[in-house]
Amino acid sequence: MKDFIIKEFKQIFRDYRSMIILFGIPIAQVMLFGFALTLDLNDAHFAVLDQAKDEHSRKIIEKMDASSYFILDRNLNSREEIQKVFEGGVVREVLVFKPGFSENLDKTASTELQIITDASDPNTANMMLNYTQAIISNYEQSLLLAHGKQVLIIPETQFKYNENLKSVFMFVPGVITIILMLVSAMMTSISIAREKEMGTMEVLLVSPIKPIEIVIGKVMPYLLLSFVNFLLILGLAFTVFKMPMDGNMLLLMAEALLYILMALSLGILISTVSNSQQTAMLLSMFALLLPTILLSGFIFPIENMPSILIYLSHIMPSKWFIIIIKDVMLKGAGLKEVWFPTSIILFQTVLFISLSIKKFKIRLQ
Amino acid sequence: MEIAISVKNMVKKFGDFVANDHLNFEVYQGEIFGFLGANGAGKTTAIKILCGISSPSSGELMVAGYNIYKNRDKVKKSIGYMSQKFSLYDDLSIAENIEFYGGIYGLSRQIIKQKTAEYIHELALESYEKMRVIDLPLGIKQKLAFSVAVIHQPKIVFLDEPTSGVDPITRRQFWEMIYREAANGTTVFVTTHYMDEAEYCNRVSIMVDGRIEALGTPSELKNQYSASSMEEVFIHLARKATRID
Repeated sequence: MKDFIIKEFKQIFRDYRSMIILFGIPIAQVMLFGFALTLDLNDAHFAVLDQAKDEHSRKIIEKMDASSYFILDRNLNSREEIQKVFEGGVVREVLVFKPGFSENLDKTASTELQIITDASDPNTANMMLNYTQAIISNYEQSLLLAHGKQVLIIPETQFKYNENLKSVFMFVPGVITIILMLVSAMMTSISIAREKEMGTMEVLLVSPIKPIEIVIGKVMPYLLLSFVNFLLILGLAFTVFKMPMDGNMLLLMAEALLYILMALSLGILISTVSNSQQTAMLLSMFALLLPTILLSGFIFPIENMPSILIYLSHIMPSKWFIIIIKDVMLKGAGLKEVWFPTSIILFQTVLFISLSIKKFKIRLQ
Repeated sequence: MEIAISVKNMVKKFGDFVANDHLNFEVYQGEIFGFLGANGAGKTTAIKILCGISSPSSGELMVAGYNIYKNRDKVKKSIGYMSQKFSLYDDLSIAENIEFYGGIYGLSRQIIKQKTAEYIHELALESYEKMRVIDLPLGIKQKLAFSVAVIHQPKIVFLDEPTSGVDPITRRQFWEMIYREAANGTTVFVTTHYMDEAEYCNRVSIMVDGRIEALGTPSELKNQYSASSMEEVFIHLARKATRID
């Protein structure tokens, strides 16, 4: 009995994989969920169109900027700039003070404040709105205390890109991103690892077929299947969830193909370092699934994470792909607007492919 | 006699470890060459180099009349290989496996069809035809793997422990297939653990600790070591091994 327990411990400690599962996963999860993935708001960028430029408007802007939840990104000069500033992607909320803001407040004890939020991420939009309203009612309180005057600032809210705050608009891009990553990368890496495990890889390497042909032969079916998968989810999004499509369908398809190619090359890279299906599976889970879900901005807003995780999220292809889908579908962005995330995914594709080729060659020595 | 494989001063090192220490031997076209050695003696390393999956550290190598450094593609077309691990696809049927490997070696549809019919008839697989390979008995899988390895009628076929784990009757049938193939002019380069199989070979080499310690026909070797069987010869030589498996 005692011997058996000792033997079991020895085996567990010698198998680094079970050690990772035992300790690595819980530590990573607690750290991520506990610290990083809070649903609090932090440093959300907002812009102001202040047509009143008076006492109260200035004070409210100052109060917003001074809070840890918001950062004043810029002042706008005209209504036309609102659209532009949202397309930039950094500013998520715009406050509009109409002329005579303070005058109304002083005379009639009631005034209007327009709050426009980018609702392509409905969670964050809701949160920003709540925090903004809290700051405003706090300001109302302070006026009451200081002057004994009951005032009412009526927020007039407007959600941009997703008027009804449908969370499906957030989930569809997220689900597409995760499914494509999983099907493409995990399946390729496992299927290549299986050839090694079964010994068929050796036979293939002895045969006249070239390594590059093996790789293309592996990749093509998954490229096709993943693309069909993409169209399927998109079809559901349009028919069942009535998701809008403001951008160019061809551009979206091209971007999806690029992303799938990136995931496939990542899968090949994973397979070059794993000799069994099990290792390939675990590596895919660790390197792909968890970060894709947690750090892509799919569920937890990236803006609110500690800076180290924000940097980490920058190297997640999934984060960039979600941005592309949302910008193209909800904001009608063209290649001109999404060239930056596109070029990141393109760069990563090239990087993964060249690394796999290098690894592949070393293995043949 | 035409030389199928020529190995001169072949060395393969992994760091400080010398897996193959100056190997020298020749294999003639059409002969059955047994490549023997204990586990860890360096057989698999050598066979992988000869098949072009691994590169030697130094040495001169000719396989099927080509320099394997310069004409790897031509060498690949002229050789067949059956790996130690079982090398068919479990989840494909017999016909699908034959079709796949035939396709890889560039055989035409017609020839593949013809070969499939031929193999199914030869191996008496009529009742198994539609079955997936995973459901076949090990002996049949092994015989099928051999047939597939020679589907493109290579000049040389490399067999890495093809009969391990197979019952004596199937082993006998397997060797009959090897003889038929050799009679057609194919050179057979085979590694094995079974010393009775060594007796079936035209010539054998015995590797100990990365070096070839003996090379000759089975009867020559038995005379040389005044042994009554290949098993005695092997044990006599392998006892000298210092490497731990």
